[in-house]
Amino acid sequence: MSTTEKLPFPGLRSGVELVPTNDQPQTGKEYTSDQEVRWCPGCGDYAVLKAVQGFLPELGLRRENIVFVSGIGCSSRFPYYLDTYGMHSIHGRAPSIATGIATAREDLSVWVVTGDGDALSIGGNHLIHALRRNVNMTILLFNNRIYGLTKGQYSPTSEAGKITKSTPMGSLDHPFNPVSLALGAEGSFVARTIDSDRKHLTAVLSAAAAHRGTSFVEIYQNCPIFNDGAFDAIKNNDTKADAIIPLVHGEPIRFGVEGSKGLIRDSETGGVKVVEVADVGPDAILVHNAYNPDPTTAFAISRLTDSGYLNQSPIGIFRQVERPTYDDGARAQIATARDAAPGEPIDRLAALIGGGDTWTVV
Amino acid sequence: MSKQVKQLDRVIIRFAGDSGDGMQLTGDRFTQESAVFGNDLVTLPNFPAEIRAPQGTLPGVSSFQVHFADHDILTAGDAPDVLVAMNPAALKANLGDLPKGATIIVDTHDFTGRNLIKAGYADNPLDGLGEPGSPLGEFFVHPVDLTGMTVEAVKEFGLSRKDAARAKNMFALGLLSWMYGRPIESTITFLEKRFAKVADIRDANITAFKAGWNFGETTETFVVSYEIKPAPMSAGTYRNITGNLALSYGLVAAGVQSGLPVFLGSYPITPASDILHELSKHKAFGVTTLQAEDEIAGVGAAIGASFAGSLGVTTTSGPGIALKSEAIGLAVMTELPLLVIDVQRGGPSTGLPTKTEQADLLQAMFGRNGEAPVPIVAPQSPGDCFSAALEAARIAITYRTPVMLLSDGYLANGSEPWRIPELADLPVIDPNFATERNKTVVAKDGTETEEYWPYLRDEETLARPWAIPGTPGLEHRIGGLEKGEGHGNISYDPANHDFMVRTRQAKVDRIADSLPPLVVDDPSGEANVLVLGWGSTYGPIGAGCRRVRKAGYHVAQVHLRHLNPFPKDLGEILSRYDKVLVPEMNLGQLSLLIRGKYLVDAIGYNQVNGMPIKAAELAEAIGNLVAEAEGVTVDLTPDPIAEEASK
Repeated sequence: MSTTEKLPFPGLRSGVELVPTNDQPQTGKEYTSDQEVRWCPGCGDYAVLKAVQGFLPELGLRRENIVFVSGIGCSSRFPYYLDTYGMHSIHGRAPSIATGIATAREDLSVWVVTGDGDALSIGGNHLIHALRRNVNMTILLFNNRIYGLTKGQYSPTSEAGKITKSTPMGSLDHPFNPVSLALGAEGSFVARTIDSDRKHLTAVLSAAAAHRGTSFVEIYQNCPIFNDGAFDAIKNNDTKADAIIPLVHGEPIRFGVEGSKGLIRDSETGGVKVVEVADVGPDAILVHNAYNPDPTTAFAISRLTDSGYLNQSPIGIFRQVERPTYDDGARAQIATARDAAPGEPIDRLAALIGGGDTWTVV
Repeated sequence: MSKQVKQLDRVIIRFAGDSGDGMQLTGDRFTQESAVFGNDLVTLPNFPAEIRAPQGTLPGVSSFQVHFADHDILTAGDAPDVLVAMNPAALKANLGDLPKGATIIVDTHDFTGRNLIKAGYADNPLDGLGEPGSPLGEFFVHPVDLTGMTVEAVKEFGLSRKDAARAKNMFALGLLSWMYGRPIESTITFLEKRFAKVADIRDANITAFKAGWNFGETTETFVVSYEIKPAPMSAGTYRNITGNLALSYGLVAAGVQSGLPVFLGSYPITPASDILHELSKHKAFGVTTLQAEDEIAGVGAAIGASFAGSLGVTTTSGPGIALKSEAIGLAVMTELPLLVIDVQRGGPSTGLPTKTEQADLLQAMFGRNGEAPVPIVAPQSPGDCFSAALEAARIAITYRTPVMLLSDGYLANGSEPWRIPELADLPVIDPNFATERNKTVVAKDGTETEEYWPYLRDEETLARPWAIPGTPGLEHRIGGLEKGEGHGNISYDPANHDFMVRTRQAKVDRIADSLPPLVVDDPSGEANVLVLGWGSTYGPIGAGCRRVRKAGYHVAQVHLRHLNPFPKDLGEILSRYDKVLVPEMNLGQLSLLIRGKYLVDAIGYNQVNGMPIKAAELAEAIGNLVAEAEGVTVDLTPDPIAEEASK
């Protein structure tokens, strides 16, 4: 299956167009390294790892042309478990390292695995600048709304008032909404999915890989040790119909039991709001347009995520638009400069260092 | 009127004016003219950190000193023979540096009430020149209305008075060019190019430049012009070059000589930004420059590029190194090639952004968590930055390690004639990428499989293989966690950690095997005192040693290109001398390392005032040590016989 064909709009190029493909069928096993996976039992990271190992063969790329980069945190152990090229780097810096890799090489499929602390706290600067530059890479942000590896302090996505080891009287920080942040940084591909929904996760990852530019995917991921149940509302079969607002391009945004609820524009706030479809009629319901060049509506939808305990959240691809990528542009400038300067590098080097005002002593 | 021409062997001129007066350009053009003429020269630009400090004030004074000679010289000179002062502040700020009998050419135009007050003059120092009690009585002062004559000369171009007056620096340049017999063609060509798009500004500048020349030729104010013959230099083609430019060219050359694309990740910072600017022009060589969001991202991107098979480079100054430290540690752990260029400036913290210092040596050496050895190389002169960059690249690529290159503000902006190297003489650097699996693993049942072990080392260099993404069969993971020797998997094994810490150190120590013997400059072979230096103090130390020798005493000099590891013969050389003097622009950082490693009683000569060490003052210190070591009285007055012998 070629991801290029799956591009849902007449795109520039697929995110993996320049990456060599493999004509042999691949299996998830080939992508599994010989290292023992050491996450806590029940950790949501296992599900994501399985999904990625299962999904990568579908990309049909040469395994040696795939690079996973991570920072620090539980999720950042991810690259060790995949038999691709990989770097487990330092806290928060994975997007900058991946920027170097992706800019240096057009033939690599570059992935960043990060968490809410790594990406939004210590590495916040790199994240927003990667999104701004639109470097061709896919960022998977595992959001468990807690610090796991340092054993249970609140994170920049924890709800305010959270009681943790470092905040016995409750945290005072207002949390980030990762999707709002990514949209604010004008991310060209911004999505949210759930660790436990393998089908949705895989579909979003496929679209993210196919997107040329920085693809940002927030993955809700349960930490059974330090923040168990943070996403129960959207995982519990009794509540999830009301909790998950599914975003599908070209379709009315409806949710709830039998699609009883929907989104309409809110003329009062300029945003969007939840209504009973019966009250407004199905035609009034907002149709999701992920390809809208203007991120305003996507941002408005992102605001429907609860900032406190999560009872409601839009899930899916918020935004997927074309925008020139930094790395393609950087390589194009080099190609242009090279075309304008014929000759062997060694001769051009001689001309360069021997230029300017010179004089000769005999 | 026929004018007298006097022969001089060397002259030090300082151009000084307001930050907006174009003194750096004026000095640079005078330097280019002198270079093309064939003098040896060394320059010292000195400017405030503020782009435009309040006009006419002391903090706003910008100056450019050029020392040019008919013989080989090593420093920009301790004290100017000639000061060109464009306003009262420039006069006041620089007067203290002038020796008795120096010449001052002063633009009288701005010596008005307001400007005098701004400069802190209660009375006009130009009043009563030549009379007893004049504050400038010790000097030869030429008061000239440079601005007024410039405005008059460029009247025909119809510029505003302000624009017309701006050409006064070219008038001054023309006057000085006449006075010292400089060839003027290169400046005219330069002005034609620089202002090609604004015809009236171009013509005004050229006219002002020529008018300044003609003024010197015709006026009775100046009765003497000077001739400084070309300096004998070894055969070759030369150009004048600053340290930052030479360093940039060295990085481009490192890319060509290794066949690797150069990838610079950098965040602008004084005085390193010019390297970013320069490299961004050389995309045709496959050079990528990423202006990162911060210092950490700059080095992060460079590490990523190195992992992907580029020569990753990051350029910065001391404060940036502090921010990059953790990432440099990652490069130590992942054993990837990386060049870290630190153009040192006055510190700590923001310190003195535009002034020079050598106080980052210990930061380069130790400024990381854990045992994280990083090789250090340092250029000794502006032109030497070229080969220092190539040497840093050789070490980084051969040994798979980050390498710190310590330049400084003086080297970065100072210039000297540079003999353009023959490309055939440059080192060829082989990246030697891994392409095959390197380890046969035998399972319990006897079956053999070939694997790629990223930490299986070269026996000679202890370098690990460098397998880049896209190489089939060599997929592997690296990272900041401790690696098991050989296979490179995460290892928390105590014995392994101890072994890996020692191995990383041993790898850096092994670099010493590849270094040439040190050059000991001990002409008489009878010296008891050794002067040991590193980096940009090479010039002052060399000049200081010459003064001592010219007075008939013995002194030896060794200058270090490699600060980590030290060359293997350093210990033996140190042991040959009774006294070791270590001049540094810090409080004794090399001294500390030398004392620690060799148990030698290194004596520091330390100055941290943001300026290069003065050769004459250093010579006194050397002389005192010679006196102590040899039990003699030292008088540094040149001894004609010794002077002849020292040539």
